[in-house]
Amino acid sequence: MAAQTLFDKIWESHVVRAEPDGTTLLYIDRHLVHEVTSPQAFEGLKLSGRRPRRPGVTLAVPDHNVPTTDRTVGIADPLSAKQIQTLEENCRDFGITLFGMNDIRQGVVHVIGPEQGFTLPGTTIVCGDSHTSTHGAFGALAFGIGTSEVEHVLATQCLVQKQPKTMEVRVDGVLSNLCSAKDVILAIIGKIGTAGGTGYVIEYTGSAIRALSMEGRMTLCNMSIEGGARAGMVAPDEDTIAYIKGRPLAPKGELFEQAVQAWQQLKTDANATYDMTVTMRAEDIAPQVSWGTNPGMVTGVDQRVPDPRTITNENQRQATERALEYMGLIPNMPMIDIKIDTVFIGSCTNSRIEDLRLAANLAKGKRVATGVRAMVVPGSGLVKQQAEQEGLDRLFKEAGFEWREAGCSMCLAMNADVLQPGERCASTSNRNFEGRQGAGGRTHLVSPAMAVAAAVEGHFVDIRHWS
Amino acid sequence: MQAFTQISGLVAPLDRVNVDTDQIIPKQFLKTIKRTGLREGLFYDWRKQKDGSQDPAFFLNQPRFQGATILLTRDNFGCGSSREHAPWALLDQGFRCVIASSFADIFYNNCFQNGILPVVLKADEVLAMMKNVLATSGYQLTVDLGNQTVTTPDGTRSRFEIDPFRKDCLYRGLDAIGLTLQHEAAIAAYETRRKAEAPWLFTDLRHNLGRA
Repeated sequence: MAAQTLFDKIWESHVVRAEPDGTTLLYIDRHLVHEVTSPQAFEGLKLSGRRPRRPGVTLAVPDHNVPTTDRTVGIADPLSAKQIQTLEENCRDFGITLFGMNDIRQGVVHVIGPEQGFTLPGTTIVCGDSHTSTHGAFGALAFGIGTSEVEHVLATQCLVQKQPKTMEVRVDGVLSNLCSAKDVILAIIGKIGTAGGTGYVIEYTGSAIRALSMEGRMTLCNMSIEGGARAGMVAPDEDTIAYIKGRPLAPKGELFEQAVQAWQQLKTDANATYDMTVTMRAEDIAPQVSWGTNPGMVTGVDQRVPDPRTITNENQRQATERALEYMGLIPNMPMIDIKIDTVFIGSCTNSRIEDLRLAANLAKGKRVATGVRAMVVPGSGLVKQQAEQEGLDRLFKEAGFEWREAGCSMCLAMNADVLQPGERCASTSNRNFEGRQGAGGRTHLVSPAMAVAAAVEGHFVDIRHWS
Repeated sequence: MQAFTQISGLVAPLDRVNVDTDQIIPKQFLKTIKRTGLREGLFYDWRKQKDGSQDPAFFLNQPRFQGATILLTRDNFGCGSSREHAPWALLDQGFRCVIASSFADIFYNNCFQNGILPVVLKADEVLAMMKNVLATSGYQLTVDLGNQTVTTPDGTRSRFEIDPFRKDCLYRGLDAIGLTLQHEAAIAAYETRRKAEAPWLFTDLRHNLGRA
């Protein structure tokens, strides 16, 4: 048999049928659903009189619209409330499991999938959400889809796909002190650009990737889409298996043993080839800060804001000029001179317990700078509970951070957590698009450690040398 | 889904690269539970000036581009979020075709689900058309899906590539779910085979969690 990549193996095991031209009916093992991209899909099912094929492998949760403040008072915005109520009704009508807004297991959809053991190696996982790539951390083929495809998966448990190309992103070496998966992925996107991965599925390989914890791998895979790749993945290993074992929806007993045997085969064969390979050295990756209006507009914190006059490519120069104008930045200013108003620690990229542990310990005994608003939004109710058991909430609150309820929150500001026009935010989220966190808001993407340091100092600092 | 065979229509120019779906339709318009009525949110922030008034320089606010059915834009159009509200908003505004030098994957795919034809042309072809759209009032293009061509007013024809399956579905306005359901027997056979290989994928989570 020909040598195969990890991707090839997963793809091949999910082909229901393939046409001679390569059009493939691909089987979907796991389907995550949230309130924003599903109402029209359920409406479509109702209109056509169709039922979900496998409601038992579909898990729903409201996350985008939920308030991160006291939920006992309900949702102030009637549209948000209506959307969440619609999800509840649809799940009831179609027999789909829902973690409701007041369920301790509620959280950001890409946090709860792995947390519950719903996300498993070798599976195909979809959700009407581009950050579904997160689940690739387990060696799954996980990608975002539109609402019509949500309906398609509900009705058929399949999607019509053409096989994407494969890209290896290899990072060897050892990361610098306090440099994290977030810095790695931002540096990768800075290198390949926001469209560099279009048409590809990325497999992350190399010693620096292998050394990342499962949560670090989730952060890494989460932002694959920001490099244009619908999916990113890391081959499962002992860490993956240890992470899954014992979680509520993970296989148990003999089934688990059987699954582990299959998961151990999920790796790229020694002589398999990728359509493209990109390599980086971990030592070369400084803590990253985005300066522009897409995640590819990023640099090391020890660098300066780019100068459009030195850019020869006309498209790139115009895009840089436009981004700097929107961001209110001066060419050549040192990144560490950028002052911030707000800090957001949260999102499907960086809101898991390890993120919060690291951030809380860096915040310990410090104070958020005067005039800076800083908030921490845990990824799920269970992450919040765990953090509180460890006393992390106290460390945050003593340092002047707000401690909130779980949800997507200010990553996309669909709830009440919104930046004001011109407000500048150090954010652990994944998108710095214009207006993403509020119309006119200015987003700088950073790691949790960098966000804490920025909160305390009121401007960016090089976390490697921060005391 | 509405079929797409051929259109001749007014072209609107959006001369920017990396237009993300957050710009095409900002988050506050995603709270709807309907597919229709999203025109109001299309490029909502870009339509406005800093003081909140409509920006007369933005193409959607210019009378000369009213009634456009073809959007001409640049590299990596539709990057970012998977929100299908982006093609819904374009469709609600009257766009049936988007021409660009490249598209982001999810957006490209979402277009086909909604009777919108995304056309990839070479960067120099797009640039030349962009110049002409801006310079010529009433500039129209003819987009022919059957022959896979875009024809300019002077008769210049550019050919574009498209996946044959997608082309056929769009050309005939086929119901994608209905097509897949024709393969019900193959899906069931796959499930039987797969259940034997990987039984742990066939546990019903509603049983594991104890409550639905």
